[in-house]
Amino acid sequence: MANIVKRYGIGLTTVFVALAAFWMLALVWIPYSIMIEQSFRLYLPFSELNGPRDVYTLANYASLFDSIAARNVLGINVPIPVYIFLLTVLYSCLVTVLCFAFAYPMAWLLAKRVSVGAVPLIIMLLIIPMFVSELLRTYAWYIILAFQGPLNAALGLFGIGKIRWLTGYNGVIIGMVYTYILFMFFPIYNSLTSLDTNQIEAAQDLGAKWWDVHRLVAIPHAKSGISSGCTIVFMFSVGSVLVPTMLGSPSSRWFTEVILRTMFESQDWNTASAYAFLILLVCLVFVSLVMRLFRVNLTDVAK
Amino acid sequence: MIGDNVALDRISIEFGNFQAASDVSVDIRPGEFFSFLGPSGCGKTTILRTISGFQEPTRGTVEIGGRPMKGISPNKRPTALIFQNLALFPLMPVWENIAFGLRVRGMGKTERRARAERLLDIVEMSGTGDKMVSQLSGGQRQRIAIARALAVEPKVMLLDEPLSALDLKLRQHMRAELRAIQERTGVTFIYITHDQGEALAMSDRIGVMSRGRLQQVDSPEAIYNRPVNAFVASFVGENTILDGRIAAEDGKFVRFDTTAGTFLALPGPELQEGAFSRLFVRPEHVRVGGEAASNSVSAAIAKIVFEGNLITVVGRTSHGTDLTAQFTNNSTSIRPKVGDHLNFSFDPADAQVLASEPVRTKEVA
Ligand SMILES: Nc1ncnc2c1ncn2[C@@H]1O[C@H](COP(=O)(O)OP(=O)(O)OP(=O)(O)O)[C@@H](O)[C@H]1O
Ligand SMILES: [Mg+2]
Repeated sequence: MANIVKRYGIGLTTVFVALAAFWMLALVWIPYSIMIEQSFRLYLPFSELNGPRDVYTLANYASLFDSIAARNVLGINVPIPVYIFLLTVLYSCLVTVLCFAFAYPMAWLLAKRVSVGAVPLIIMLLIIPMFVSELLRTYAWYIILAFQGPLNAALGLFGIGKIRWLTGYNGVIIGMVYTYILFMFFPIYNSLTSLDTNQIEAAQDLGAKWWDVHRLVAIPHAKSGISSGCTIVFMFSVGSVLVPTMLGSPSSRWFTEVILRTMFESQDWNTASAYAFLILLVCLVFVSLVMRLFRVNLTDVAK
Repeated sequence: MIGDNVALDRISIEFGNFQAASDVSVDIRPGEFFSFLGPSGCGKTTILRTISGFQEPTRGTVEIGGRPMKGISPNKRPTALIFQNLALFPLMPVWENIAFGLRVRGMGKTERRARAERLLDIVEMSGTGDKMVSQLSGGQRQRIAIARALAVEPKVMLLDEPLSALDLKLRQHMRAELRAIQERTGVTFIYITHDQGEALAMSDRIGVMSRGRLQQVDSPEAIYNRPVNAFVASFVGENTILDGRIAAEDGKFVRFDTTAGTFLALPGPELQEGAFSRLFVRPEHVRVGGEAASNSVSAAIAKIVFEGNLITVVGRTSHGTDLTAQFTNNSTSIRPKVGDHLNFSFDPADAQVLASEPVRTKEVA
């Protein structure tokens, strides 16, 4: 702190600190606190606000379970909203794993195999699609994956019959992997570029096969990148609205859609807040699991 | 453990149209301590990478223990490479670093640990197994890198300037240490350095390299006393160099005409008729004082450097040629003063006329 004052003078330092404090307070903590507080109060007509029924309660959270419809999963009757919630978390994990499975080899090739001169071009080619809005990109996938669409036409050329891509969660998963993969790619790429090539060669020289090199040297080195990539992709997936709305099928429901419905169709902001808070909790749990798994601390993930 | 021989046969390595190694042939014996010595960028690392399998030669063959190595990947060669920057694994504790090669060979944890402890003993680092690499000093890291390489029981150890990052004291200590480990294990050591003192002190034989070519392969003594050409003579040790031309042969010597006079000297092995040549004589072979005789020239003392055990004097002849002489400091040695005119002389058997590349203008002047 004294360092910053010395560097920028007292005036500029005050401005920095004030801006940071404003950001944290006004744009993060206050809205979240309001949301959390709301989530413990009932959705009441205006006249009853601050009345005898306006007390703190867990009813909004409990409402997740008192749905009339239920679904039988492995012999247990699971209420539909809970079911959707669990599927959302499960498929977000799947999206995260798929993103890693595609992004890691890509990052490895780009960081360690491609000649240095070609890298800027390839990175440009990866980024340019991101200039197009997410809506259009998602819509493009809607066209590609359509039953009469170009993908099936192309597969037809190889004698493969038409596949109904947009059933169940297929479309959602494909769309999310496509949309979020770069958030996995760049952190991993960054951490792999800092891996000394001599270490890879030292491992090989000592007898390591290619998977040993990845298992024992490259992945441990890239763990901060991998953990932050996983965290970002998971959070984006759980909280995604656009992709599930556009590429979803009648049988796919995302928990954000439940929140949206509660918020804008039922106008029940209190319950919606409760549900949104649940997503926040899931994200926190996920981050701590990732930190456990990779034995990294919060600053590593934040990088 | 006993080492393998390493035979390089007419190795050439090209990067694009840049020739990093040309026609390198050498047969390194089993259990030998062999050094490649040469200036920065002469292709030493490239040769080592070729032996360890990270670089395929453009032409020529590598054989280790009589087995051709073409197409055999680094992880299957009986070599262990110690990198210029060591390349220890920073995320593993010391013992896991050492046992890495055993781990990828599928050895169980308890046995690995036991082996690592034994190797720590060999490099005199017992008790540090659980430390992280970052907690070790430069010299200690050095030893861990050696232990890690020894763990896979290589037939050939390849060391790429492993001591260059250490300070002088530690470097001298580690030289002796390395040599001792080599003798204890009997493994063939191929050592790379640009430090001539290091190469002379440690090696059984030295290969002197310049611009991708092997100039001379010989024992340290022969490299120092009988360099085959001007590059080897001037890269290894100090010299007084006299420009001139061969006037006549005189028994086993040649008469060499220079601006400072005519001198007798041994002809070098690579001399060719009409090719450019220069006379080389080591400072410790030049005497100062005494009567004018053959192979002597009068010069004014221009500089005196007192180094404790040694005294170095530089004399300048009336034609502006510099001669350097070096002698030990004792009660009988002479004490010239700057400006004195003294005779500088040397024995014809201690001077050599060597093939040289044409001199640059600055050196002629
Ligand atoms: N992969 C490569 N591509 C192109 N040129 C290379 C490559 N590797 C090495 N070179 C060139 O080959 C020459 C020899 O390099 P090398 O690393 O073998 O030198 P060295 O003798 O080990 O030098 P130093 O003592 O500085 O380590 C250098 O001029 C270098 O620029
Ligand atoms: Mg080198």
